[in-house]
Amino acid sequence: MDVQTWTYLLVGITFALYIGIAIWSRAGSTSEFYVAGGGVPALANGMATAADWMSAASFISMAGLISFQGYDGSVFLMGWTGGYVLLALLLAPYLRKFGQFTVPDFVGDRYYCRTARLVALFCAIFISFTYVCGQMRGVGVVFSRFLFSEVEGPMWFGFEPITWGVLIGMTVVFFYAVLGGMKGITYTQVAQYCVLIFAFMVPAIFISLMMTGNPIPQIGLGSEVTGEGVYLLDKLDGLNQELGFAAYTDGSKSMQDIFFITMALMVGTAGLPHVIIRFYTVKKVSAARVSAFWALLFIAILYTTAPAVSAFARTNLLQSVPNKAYSEAPAWLKSWENAGLIAWMDKNNDGIIQYAPGKVFEGTPAFSGNDRGENEERLLTNTPTDEANELYVDQDIMVLANPEIAKLPNWVVALVAAGGLAAALSTAAGLLLVISTSVSHDLVKKTFAPGISDKKELLIARCAAGVAVVIAGFFGVYPPGFVASVVAFAFGLAAASFFPVIILGIFSKRMNREGAILGMVVGIVFTAGYIIFFKFISPELNTKENWLFGISPEGIGTLGMIINFAVSLVVSRFTPAPPKDVVAMIESIRQPEAEGEELAVMDH
Amino acid sequence: MADNDTNSDDGNSAAYWRANLKWLSILLTIWFIVSYGCGILFVEQLNQFKLGGFQLGFWFAQQGSIYVFVILIAVYVRIMNKLDHKYSVKKK
Repeated sequence: MDVQTWTYLLVGITFALYIGIAIWSRAGSTSEFYVAGGGVPALANGMATAADWMSAASFISMAGLISFQGYDGSVFLMGWTGGYVLLALLLAPYLRKFGQFTVPDFVGDRYYCRTARLVALFCAIFISFTYVCGQMRGVGVVFSRFLFSEVEGPMWFGFEPITWGVLIGMTVVFFYAVLGGMKGITYTQVAQYCVLIFAFMVPAIFISLMMTGNPIPQIGLGSEVTGEGVYLLDKLDGLNQELGFAAYTDGSKSMQDIFFITMALMVGTAGLPHVIIRFYTVKKVSAARVSAFWALLFIAILYTTAPAVSAFARTNLLQSVPNKAYSEAPAWLKSWENAGLIAWMDKNNDGIIQYAPGKVFEGTPAFSGNDRGENEERLLTNTPTDEANELYVDQDIMVLANPEIAKLPNWVVALVAAGGLAAALSTAAGLLLVISTSVSHDLVKKTFAPGISDKKELLIARCAAGVAVVIAGFFGVYPPGFVASVVAFAFGLAAASFFPVIILGIFSKRMNREGAILGMVVGIVFTAGYIIFFKFISPELNTKENWLFGISPEGIGTLGMIINFAVSLVVSRFTPAPPKDVVAMIESIRQPEAEGEELAVMDH
Repeated sequence: MADNDTNSDDGNSAAYWRANLKWLSILLTIWFIVSYGCGILFVEQLNQFKLGGFQLGFWFAQQGSIYVFVILIAVYVRIMNKLDHKYSVKKK
């Protein structure tokens, strides 16, 4: 069978599975819709958390980023998993003990203030939207290559394949997130974790065996290339340097920038609302801790494999493409060109693919329909740069293309597509739930219409999820040029606002409303101002020399966080202490859980 | 980050909280050393040593730190379960 058939088959089976689970476990009450009734076993919750956590960015993009950045890509590996440690140790158990549905709930009650609740609400919705757009884009990328590109040329009914992909993804997510709520999502995510980890590991093991003779990719990465007697990483350093790139194990960012970006990713990740909400779905605090362990173990399987995949993919790419004639280029290159994610611009008209550092052209590739050039390549309308580089490779395709590059069987190629979809859909569903919960619970029930019935609240939650899917889909199809910048924004904002407020709310009894609000405002204004200045107002100034202490906009959330902490602590010392009932609440979340106690979830 | 103004009438809870904070600081110190220490600040120095085909600093940044993170949470779960058991008030 060919790739196309295998893909239809595997994607069809997995989608039927997800929808079946969603119907079987659909939510009947708000408590089930928001937190699955608080009764999910720790192991299952760990798997669901892992699937929720590992987005299209982890599955599809991360290995690609590391592949192109080498050592610099470590910021994602350490940042995202290290942030998980902060979450598991400093936040999750206490928020679970607190026992409400959402982070704005905690902020609102802890700081006895509606303004604080609304600020937290705004941040939660903004972060979730930024993320969900990225997931829809990921779904589009997978579909564009595997489900449509061989139908009558790249364009179909006047749309690029990626648009069709996003539309299908929207429909599926809409169906099971809106119907199933948290309960449906949780059990679907368990299935999605199994699919995605299998899909990630199978090709990694195959390729590791082929290249190094060792079936464990984590060890293969540090082994010798079969039959060459050279360590893989040493060989890769050499291949990179021959073409003028920095050595793979060295990287090109400054040490303080790496430090600050890693920190911003860590604290930003720890504040992600869709992952925090997962800890409300288990029965006890001890179960929340155990499920945090399972989740990180499941995450680590993918995260330690990803750098191996990156190095294998980079080696294969550098061995098979640069300085080869386009007419003799491997088939995968042309398939991905059809999907619009690889582009080749023959600047010197020699018919040979030159690959070097620097941009090929400004912006992302703009193809002139189905038009072909002299060598049958897709023609571009972009303005070329002066760089010698002729090859544009979208970083997002490395994981998806890897099995083809390594010439693995067709079913493996299709499996990776199904895995990528599982990763994107599971995260998108979790995020949509946060958005709908924020609207129906925090905004409507807690702010505007406290008397609303359970049934009505559930209906509003479902409508909100529906609207959110449509908006996310729109941005997936027409990604604003600033998507990447907005992601830096989301992490920076989470780092500079959520993280300090929650930490101080748990670990300082003296922290009061005034300190928290002023800290959040100063942190957000500083971080947002810095990012907006360098990304939107004066992008031409966005270079090392102009950055504050050499910190890039990606890492500035760390400084925003430090400022937030400082402002909060100082202000709280000069303003009235929090009321007695709030202090009592903090004491209660710090106490050990009574033996055999099962925490009630509200409304339960 | 911890406050010293613990004026809880329940000495048991205060002791539990102190033990909790002690373990948190130990675990987070290790967390900092493996990631920011070995993976970033001292990566050049560690890269002079090799672990198979890995330069050691590079290995910490892309592999080792993650393994340690998993172990840290496992240790945390065990310790907290013990502390919970030791300090918890039996429910009637």
